[in-house]
Amino acid sequence: MKSPSILSCQKVTVSFDGFKAVQEMSLELASGELRFLIGPNGAGKTTMLDAICGKVKPAGGVVEFHGRKGTVDVTRRKEHEIAQLGIGRKFQTPSIFSGLTVEENLEIAMAQNRGVWATLRAAMTKADRERVDAELELIGLEDKKRLRAGLLSHGEKQWLEIGMMLLQEPEILLLDEPVAGMTDKETDKTGELLREIVRKRTVVVVEHDMEFVRNFASKVTVMHEGKLLKEGSMDEVQRDDRVAEVYLGRKRRDYDAVGSTA
Amino acid sequence: MEIWISQLFNGLSVSSILLLIALGLAVTFGLMRVINMAHGEFIMIGAYGAYMTQQIFKSALPKSLFDAYFPVALLASFVLAFAIGYLLEVTLIRFLYGRPLDSLLATWGVGLMLQQLARTIFGAPNVAVSSPTWLDGGWALMPGVVLPYKRLFIIALVAFCLFAMYLYIYRSNAGRRMRAVMQNRDMAACLGISTRRVDAFTFAIGSGIAGIAGCALTLIGPIGPSIGTYYIVDAFMVVVLGGVGKLVGTVAGALGIGVFNTLFEWWTDASLGKVLVFLCIVAFLQWKPMGMFAVRSRSLDG
Amino acid sequence: MQWMSRLPRRAWLLIGYAAAAAALFSAPLYLNDFRLNLLAKCLAFAIVALGLDLLWGYTGILSLGHGVFFGLGAYAMAMHLKLAAGGSRIPDFMGWMGLTKLPWFWEPFKSFAFAAAMGLILPSALALLLGFFTFRNRIRGVYFTILTQALVIITVTLFVGQQAYTGGTNGLTGYTKLFGYSLTSGTAKTMAYLATAAALLAAFAVCRHLVNSRFGKVLRAIRDGENRTRFLGYDPAYYQMAVFAVSAGLAGLAGMLFVLHVGIISPTMMAIVPSIELVLLVAIGGRGTLIGAVIGAILLTQAKSQLSASYPDFWLFLLGALFIVVTVFMPGGIVGLIRQARQAILRRRSENEITLDSIVSKSNGVV
Repeated sequence: MKSPSILSCQKVTVSFDGFKAVQEMSLELASGELRFLIGPNGAGKTTMLDAICGKVKPAGGVVEFHGRKGTVDVTRRKEHEIAQLGIGRKFQTPSIFSGLTVEENLEIAMAQNRGVWATLRAAMTKADRERVDAELELIGLEDKKRLRAGLLSHGEKQWLEIGMMLLQEPEILLLDEPVAGMTDKETDKTGELLREIVRKRTVVVVEHDMEFVRNFASKVTVMHEGKLLKEGSMDEVQRDDRVAEVYLGRKRRDYDAVGSTA
Repeated sequence: MEIWISQLFNGLSVSSILLLIALGLAVTFGLMRVINMAHGEFIMIGAYGAYMTQQIFKSALPKSLFDAYFPVALLASFVLAFAIGYLLEVTLIRFLYGRPLDSLLATWGVGLMLQQLARTIFGAPNVAVSSPTWLDGGWALMPGVVLPYKRLFIIALVAFCLFAMYLYIYRSNAGRRMRAVMQNRDMAACLGISTRRVDAFTFAIGSGIAGIAGCALTLIGPIGPSIGTYYIVDAFMVVVLGGVGKLVGTVAGALGIGVFNTLFEWWTDASLGKVLVFLCIVAFLQWKPMGMFAVRSRSLDG
Repeated sequence: MQWMSRLPRRAWLLIGYAAAAAALFSAPLYLNDFRLNLLAKCLAFAIVALGLDLLWGYTGILSLGHGVFFGLGAYAMAMHLKLAAGGSRIPDFMGWMGLTKLPWFWEPFKSFAFAAAMGLILPSALALLLGFFTFRNRIRGVYFTILTQALVIITVTLFVGQQAYTGGTNGLTGYTKLFGYSLTSGTAKTMAYLATAAALLAAFAVCRHLVNSRFGKVLRAIRDGENRTRFLGYDPAYYQMAVFAVSAGLAGLAGMLFVLHVGIISPTMMAIVPSIELVLLVAIGGRGTLIGAVIGAILLTQAKSQLSASYPDFWLFLLGALFIVVTVFMPGGIVGLIRQARQAILRRRSENEITLDSIVSKSNGVV
């Protein structure tokens, strides 16, 4: 292995009332890597991210995070503890705080002590101000910083959320379909943001948009029916017969299977 | 031993009435995310429906027919509560979908007005409804244990309503539409189901069942304008305890609260018994925060 | 540069607060005893409304149990007053119930300081306890609301049932003096009023500080998306517990002051209907704005005292109708209506100059 592993998921299984959305899935992430997670609908991609960030508790397996604070099995931690350890999560639908202004959204997302006492006494220092302003510039929302976030457009909400994730300063960032529902122009801008992001941290992106994925020369993991199907570069993945089957349904049987889990 | 059986029987009869009241609540909350605080007033409406039916029988019909009033009253209570429930849904509730806390406050206002209306029409003091003679007496199960026919009848009535509700929800077309709307409102609408009609009809059925509960309560004691408030919070606790979305949860919740309420009140006294039941519910929720039978969802902040 | 354009607005706000404070403190000069007493009651309710608003308007948690916290504060104060009135004898109702000795937990209430401390600590502690067992397990929304209502029922049943220790249905009444001064004298009433006005101003200042701090922003974030805050690394449970406890403490404070003005506390005053009326105070004034809570409390308490005495039936109809109208047609309350009106005027005055941004940034500064 070239660079040290930062996250290793071993045989993770997630089950919803008996239905196994993820089955013995393993995933190894190197520090600083950009990894795309693709697969047909219902392949368990989002659920896999949920298991890593603590939204669902796996029925089996371990998710070891080798972060600043040592190695931790995050399956035993609560969501907010995992976030504090340094795993950030962006959800598919933009989930910003619509009643707060853009600025306030960034302010509370900022890496800081998140206890009740700390926030009671917290004041906006000059350094904080600069961090927030720099972020506003990066996501291009300076002139809307006092606007209530609920009034932003869909794309702007997505960027705000990405900005929040960055201020949170996670070591691993999990992004769920960051360009879904965006116009071409917005998609391009998001792509640029993404390049900016991956410079400093490890990123996992769940994506459906193959064009978008192809723009990044990086490793791709294909999931199917909750299992690992193929891992490699985009070219390798595209040449793989099984991947083609799953996506294009050359064999009737597989196509049905995809449909039933969707 | 005898006292245990009587207490358990009392618990069961309390449970059965709670169940009848909670059924409507669970369905409306599960379907529309509306908390109907005026639900207790539908009990009151049902009870006064029975009272009015009896007054009509007393004044207009020969005495020999008097005992037949009760089946008529049951039907009248259901129809009356159903109609008022339908009206309430169409005029107010539909504006409150997906806003549980607001719906709670608005329907509380409705309840207050309905109570005051009843006070204006029927007067503030309680009125008594005399039970049909065929329900007098009881069944001597063993020496020292007599199970009153009235309570047995109520349990049977509840069992019947539950069975009918089960058939409606799980076996009829209307019930299938209702479940479809419950699980995915938008999708159901796309498939051509009139969600508006399903909502209104379901709400009205829930109200109608509360009306039946009110009619049943006239067998147990006198009724008054605020009779609903005695039961409504307990009925809500049934929903909290049982979880939303499954009939079996409501049944289990009602059984649990009814039986434990009776037992605790027997062991301690009425005031401490209530405290103990509350503590047990909170303790139970530590273990299962979403109630006994919860339906899981993937949305982040639903 | 931003703060400079906001300065005049700040100045106006300060002037407004100063005028309101001056009007409150000079009220004994121009109001008669009856009016002053009524205003004092209004101000006490305004304190509860502030606390409820923190909880409901800012954090999105609706409590129908604030009557209990209000009642606990009131009972703490009433216990002290009752003991002060009786001198060395045990309170009358205990004698009727066959008690010969003061129960142990009544003993320390002979001290005013202890009673006052308990009036704040008991409600907060009960809120913390209930919050600990609910928020930590993510019991929220209507589930939490229903549990608070159940809390009301069991507390009332308990207070009615334990007659020997609480005075039962009659509650506690018949107090005569505080610190040795007669409570019925004009001076004592004025002092009690001034204490209430001061308490309200202090409560307002504390709430304002809370909602403007980062803590307050996190509270609003929890209201908008509780689970989302978890993935930012916040544990909403502790924030909810904290704000619930503060809110309950304010209700307790209001209860203590209320007893001074009214001279009685009984279980009916903390039952379901009074508890939910407290929520209406906030809803009418405008949830999510502190000034709205105060306005709503003063207006509704005034209206209630005017109408409920002369037309009790009509009052209940009106109360029911108010709940419906406010939640369906004016969720922003009175303050919300005023804002809408102001924005409509602004927009008409200069269609093109005012952009959405500037309106929003202005209205965000309002508390």
